[in-house]
Amino acid sequence: MAQPTTVEHVTVIATESLSKRFPRVTALDRLTVDITPGVTGLVGANGAGKSTLIKILLGLSPATEGRATVLGLDVAKDGSAIRESVGYMPEHDCLPPDVSATEFVVHMARMSGLPPSAARERTADTLRHVGLYEERYRPIGGYSTGMKQRVKLAQALVHDPRLVLLDEPTNGLDPVGRDDMLALIRRVHTDFGISVLVTSHLLGELERTCDHVVVIDGGKLLRSSSTSDFTQATASLAVEVTDTADHPDGTGVLRAALDRAGLTVQPAGRGADGAPASDHVLLVDVAGDETYDTVRDAIAELGLGLVRMEQRRHRIAEIFRSDDESAGVPAKGTGTDAPGTDGTGAHGKGGAVDAA
Amino acid sequence: MPPETVPQQRADVIHNIGYRHYEGARLGRAYARRSLFSQSLRGAYGLGRSAKSKVGPMLMLAVMCLPAAIIVAVAVATQANKLPVEYTGYAIMLQAVIGLYTAAQAPQAVSRDLRFKTISLYFSRPIKTVDYVVAKFAALVSAIFFLTALPLLILYVGALLAKLDFAEQTKGFAQGLVSVALLSLLFAGLGLVLAAMTPRRGFGVAAVIAVLTISYGAVSTVQAIAWDQGSTDAISWLGLFSPITLVDGVQTAFLGATSAFPGEYGPSTGTGLVYLLVLLGLTAGSYGLLMRRYRKVGL
Repeated sequence: MAQPTTVEHVTVIATESLSKRFPRVTALDRLTVDITPGVTGLVGANGAGKSTLIKILLGLSPATEGRATVLGLDVAKDGSAIRESVGYMPEHDCLPPDVSATEFVVHMARMSGLPPSAARERTADTLRHVGLYEERYRPIGGYSTGMKQRVKLAQALVHDPRLVLLDEPTNGLDPVGRDDMLALIRRVHTDFGISVLVTSHLLGELERTCDHVVVIDGGKLLRSSSTSDFTQATASLAVEVTDTADHPDGTGVLRAALDRAGLTVQPAGRGADGAPASDHVLLVDVAGDETYDTVRDAIAELGLGLVRMEQRRHRIAEIFRSDDESAGVPAKGTGTDAPGTDGTGAHGKGGAVDAA
Repeated sequence: MPPETVPQQRADVIHNIGYRHYEGARLGRAYARRSLFSQSLRGAYGLGRSAKSKVGPMLMLAVMCLPAAIIVAVAVATQANKLPVEYTGYAIMLQAVIGLYTAAQAPQAVSRDLRFKTISLYFSRPIKTVDYVVAKFAALVSAIFFLTALPLLILYVGALLAKLDFAEQTKGFAQGLVSVALLSLLFAGLGLVLAAMTPRRGFGVAAVIAVLTISYGAVSTVQAIAWDQGSTDAISWLGLFSPITLVDGVQTAFLGATSAFPGEYGPSTGTGLVYLLVLLGLTAGSYGLLMRRYRKVGL
């Protein structure tokens, strides 16, 4: 971090105390983050500043203060050059219904500066890579949501960018379409060698797809660290029990019993990440093999029915939620936040720095 | 090495055509602007779009050219010593068709990008706001110019075939071209500004028709009343208030045209200067408004 020149060689995106203030709202508040090559997830609730950040990174909106570089280019001065080697897939619909995917993507390739013959060739390649075949000659208006998302991804990849910014690429997709899209995004990096910045509010998705996760909230950096730091912290055990006549709230009494036994227990909560979770599932931190015995004994003692007991890694969702709960306290940086879990010492390679 | 592994590998290679990076030229902003220009110009005649969207513009092009062809045929057949229509008078005569064409094509050039939000994809590419506005403006100006200059070309070629005076015809043709060029600038500017205000195509069409055609009807009516009451001065000033009479005024003052105003009370050279300034001012103003509009659109 001390030598900016070396940083620029290993980062695709670097922001330094980047702020964006509108008359009534602060969209970004002194955001300092480095993003390395690979797949990076940008997580934040609606209005957290994700879209504002993307606009600034594309050189389309000047920052109020601070600076940012993309692929080593300054967003304030080299907007056009950045946009030539970056692809962007917006969250909203952006496709005209009355032209075919081929015609549309060819046009967009030319708009990125590709000569006509190269534009056609790259369009055919790219549409094949995103999984559009004979339907690419039909008007886009008749496509399913999944196919439209593929066309949107194709137009972002057609000029062979070095970095793509994907804004909520899984929005509106069914579970299967979502899995396909996530696999495709993973391939964009592993097979095509293109770095990816992908935003989402569905945290479970990013856990599976990303090498690195950046969490922002209210325009501030909450956390930036590698996905493994988020998820490999400690194993945890998901336990679901039935209610009985003696214990109408089986989950509640079990939780109390486990608390007494000295285990760290928390409810799994609603599955914001799409994981099977409900108020009836408890997450128990595994301290060692004896934890399993303790849980089993506690359930047997209470006479509850055990529906399931499965090993789970911590999910980003839980870490994020506990960040949310402490949102009143300004984030001080990595490692000190996320008190609800276990502050994993999140010194990811990018390394978040002081946001306050 | 066991022989059976060889074909397996080969099969692998055949089926797995991996991702190829693009090492070729990236031609940058100016090329992208030209690409957008040519795509928009072709689109204004339905080329590169569905068969249905070719019908309208092609029909209007035919309607524009047909009278010219008839005039030429009559002139050649009757061996007339001059064309029955002036080059400068032709566009005024068919102004309703030009108005309709602009009303149909200006929204198609800009409303679609706004409505389907394709605009954000343009601005995520090397071009800037100014490139988008210039490309769209230039494309519609060229499209209207093609629509209005083609019949003049037919008239000119026909006049030469009928062995009319070459110098006189060439001068008239050149004046006609300048006149329709000014008309194209004005119509395209007004059409685009109105169309870009709304993502709804229908509203755009209605607004353009109202400004181009209805204003002409209103001005003509008021001019006729002024003519009735003998205030000829008023006639020459009233022409400032509708686009087509504005063009009429400019060409009457500077391009040797016969005014289509009642009693041919077109503006004198002095008044004509005001006409020219207003015409150029409106065109420049349209460009400025478009720039302002698109600076706000962004992603």
